[in-house]
Amino acid sequence: MDFSFSEEQELYRATVSRFIQNQYGLEARQKIVNSDLGMSRENWQQFADLGLLAIPFAEEYGGLEGSAVDTMVVMEEFGRGLVIEPYFETVIFSGGILSIGGSNEQKQQYIPRIISGECIFATAFAESQSRYNLADIKTTAKVRNGGFILNGKKSVVWAGPWADYLIVTARTSGSQFDEKGVSLFLVDKNSEGISLKNYPTIDGGRASEISFENVELSDESLLGHIDDGFDLLEAAVDRARAAICAEAVGAMKALHETTLDYVKLREQFGVPIGNFQVIQHRMVDMLIAYEEAVSITYMATLHLDHPVEERQKSVSAAKAKIGQSARYIGQEAVQIHGGMGMTDELNVGHYFKRLTMIDVSLGNQDYHVRRFADLTQ
Amino acid sequence: MDISIAIEDVLFREEVRDFIQEHYPSYLHDKIAKSEELTKEDFLVWHRILHKKGWIAPSWPKEYGGPGWTSVQRFIFNEELSAAGAITTMPFSLTMLAPVLMQYGNEKQREYFLPRILSGEDWWCQGYSEPGAGSDLASLRMPAVRDGDDYVVNGSKTWTTFAQFADWIFCLVRTNSDGKKQMGISFLLIDMKTPGITVRPIRTLDGGYDINEVHFENVRVPIENLVGEENFGWTYAKALLSHERGGIADVARSEVAIKALRKIATTELSDGGPLIENTIFSKKIAELEIDLLALKYLELRAVFNEKSDDLGPNVSILKLKGSEVQQRIGELRLEAVGYYGFPFKYGPQTSNTAIFPVGPSYTQFAGPSYFNLRKTTIYGGSSEIQRGIVAKSVLGL
Ligand SMILES: Cc1cc2nc3c(=O)[nH]c(=O)nc-3n(C[C@H](O)[C@H](O)[C@H](O)COP(=O)(O)OP(=O)(O)OC[C@H]3O[C@@H](n4cnc5c(N)ncnc54)[C@H](O)[C@@H]3O)c2cc1C
Repeated sequence: MDFSFSEEQELYRATVSRFIQNQYGLEARQKIVNSDLGMSRENWQQFADLGLLAIPFAEEYGGLEGSAVDTMVVMEEFGRGLVIEPYFETVIFSGGILSIGGSNEQKQQYIPRIISGECIFATAFAESQSRYNLADIKTTAKVRNGGFILNGKKSVVWAGPWADYLIVTARTSGSQFDEKGVSLFLVDKNSEGISLKNYPTIDGGRASEISFENVELSDESLLGHIDDGFDLLEAAVDRARAAICAEAVGAMKALHETTLDYVKLREQFGVPIGNFQVIQHRMVDMLIAYEEAVSITYMATLHLDHPVEERQKSVSAAKAKIGQSARYIGQEAVQIHGGMGMTDELNVGHYFKRLTMIDVSLGNQDYHVRRFADLTQ
Repeated sequence: MDISIAIEDVLFREEVRDFIQEHYPSYLHDKIAKSEELTKEDFLVWHRILHKKGWIAPSWPKEYGGPGWTSVQRFIFNEELSAAGAITTMPFSLTMLAPVLMQYGNEKQREYFLPRILSGEDWWCQGYSEPGAGSDLASLRMPAVRDGDDYVVNGSKTWTTFAQFADWIFCLVRTNSDGKKQMGISFLLIDMKTPGITVRPIRTLDGGYDINEVHFENVRVPIENLVGEENFGWTYAKALLSHERGGIADVARSEVAIKALRKIATTELSDGGPLIENTIFSKKIAELEIDLLALKYLELRAVFNEKSDDLGPNVSILKLKGSEVQQRIGELRLEAVGYYGFPFKYGPQTSNTAIFPVGPSYTQFAGPSYFNLRKTTIYGGSSEIQRGIVAKSVLGL
């Protein structure tokens, strides 16, 4: 075993970390968050120029053939910087689906445009009734001559407002909760019959409610095999879960560091509050929660290419644990900052909000504890 | 022991309930249900109705315009207000400042200020905390220096709730820096219209705006606005702080909130069935209800055994558990709405922003209120400070 990082990984870390230090302070970030668009196209282009958008993709499409550990390093650093730009949505999640399930032609058509920064992708999988069940799908894609007709509604599609293309889960057969009969489609967001309701999210991002009304899709828009999209979806979602755990790890690290600095600096009763044993123990418990989170995230990331059940179990273990530590560290950081922790002006509240929403994303603690238990029986 | 309720208390409860039902402005229910930002006038509308009835100041003695209720009646009254989801009355003037004026203020101050508090004519905010003095309040520094018939005040107060609405602020200021830090603090009443005062809003992480920084630059305050004796303000403030901590358990409001949470969990789906039938989630709600039940009887024991108005260290215990229960409700509410915790009503307004609510209407405050409720273990004496008080005063540690 070896838990050290390669030179290349250290380079990715240094690159992203430099970008954040120089260009992504809280003020710069909040300016982007509050802008009309809500993300920065210039930053996105910079990610492309730095090669970050190419990391996980195959060489033949212009990618760097990077591993899940490579993107984990990038996600950790993005977590530290509370980066808003849709790296997770485009490169990891939608990019993952494309890489695993796309045909050669589809990859040739879209991956180079992701890598160049030209196209942003979002994955539309959740519905208002579905909660975390990926197979609970009412949206339908009916077969017609040379293609499909898509009808239905998707909820809380992250990065929806920015996306050029959507990957949409829809039912081609079976009933509402069946895994069989789920298919994935790559859809141009400008297609006729698509309408969006865009809004800001509480963690600084943007999302959309999207409705599809008799949207005509060609045969080429199908990703993977008809009716058999579920395994592909789950594989990509598990990779996305591991990546979002890494993002949380980065955010937790930053939050712990900020809080540690604060308890050394803030004085009450004539001494730094870090002198109080109550505070010391809490700082230690936060550190332990963080170290557990790092460890279990590495574990899950290293199991992504293992047999399906092992992958599923590892990822659920990590996501459940991350949800717990994210909540703990977030709440404690606010508490220890006192009134300062409640303001919009410190980064503490922003980390707390992002960490909270990571717990909600792609299955919360309850969901993953249940999934882990079911897989262990 | 006997948990039956005296008939006069039952009748009293009915009277209060009927009154609220008949007179509470229904537009306020709508506004609160839609989590719209509340204005000063919203608070005052209900204040004036209660004032007219003679019920605005339940804890005041009759001679100053209180209703002359027993502690049990006051408790029932608060319960009914909470159960009805009524907008809160302003604690700063009614339960924090007024007792100090009654006990330590002079005749002129009492005669001038108390009726204006009752009528709602003056809105008060509390100027205690400073950037450097929070938990360690006695280390506050804002100087008030005698100059002729005035004090001249310079410095800042912070976290001041609703300073943006206030006509007056009651402040702890430093009038002497020699000796023990608790000595040399004075209690000063300051008109917010005095030249040299500026109020800077502080946005909180939930997107809301309740708190402020208040800056004082050469603010001249007539010495007649000093309460009690110079340099003895700490004693008065301490008496007042224990008033602040009372009523914070807010059991009745939590009961209402849990009921609403159950309703959300009955509407929200999980694998096709109501979320409330999900065994993990229903267990968590049940555990919370059990906690609240224990807290309720803890509070009832304190209220019904009360010999005086002073709940003693029970106040700290009620505040600790009450705030934790409130926060837990917020957690479960956010869990219940799943992905609809994301849409942020108070986020940036942009050219293509959707009209809220995005999901079902109950989802839109799940996120903001979860984040906002973190304040309950910070203000009014943080949980760490409360535990310290109990350790010292109950356990003798
Ligand atoms: C929403 C909100 C509204 C408020 N409204 C008002 C208002 O209207 N008027 C007003 O005057 N103030 C108000 N406050 C201020 C509030 O009273 C203070 O925030 C509180 O006293 C804590 O002080 P602080 O924020 O400076 O934190 P600090 O005192 O700096 O505390 C930071 C952390 O250290 C811990 N700590 C401090 N001392 C000890 C110790 N001895 N042992 C162990 N742990 C310790 C605290 O518990 C906390 O976790 C408000 C605060 C909030 C959040």
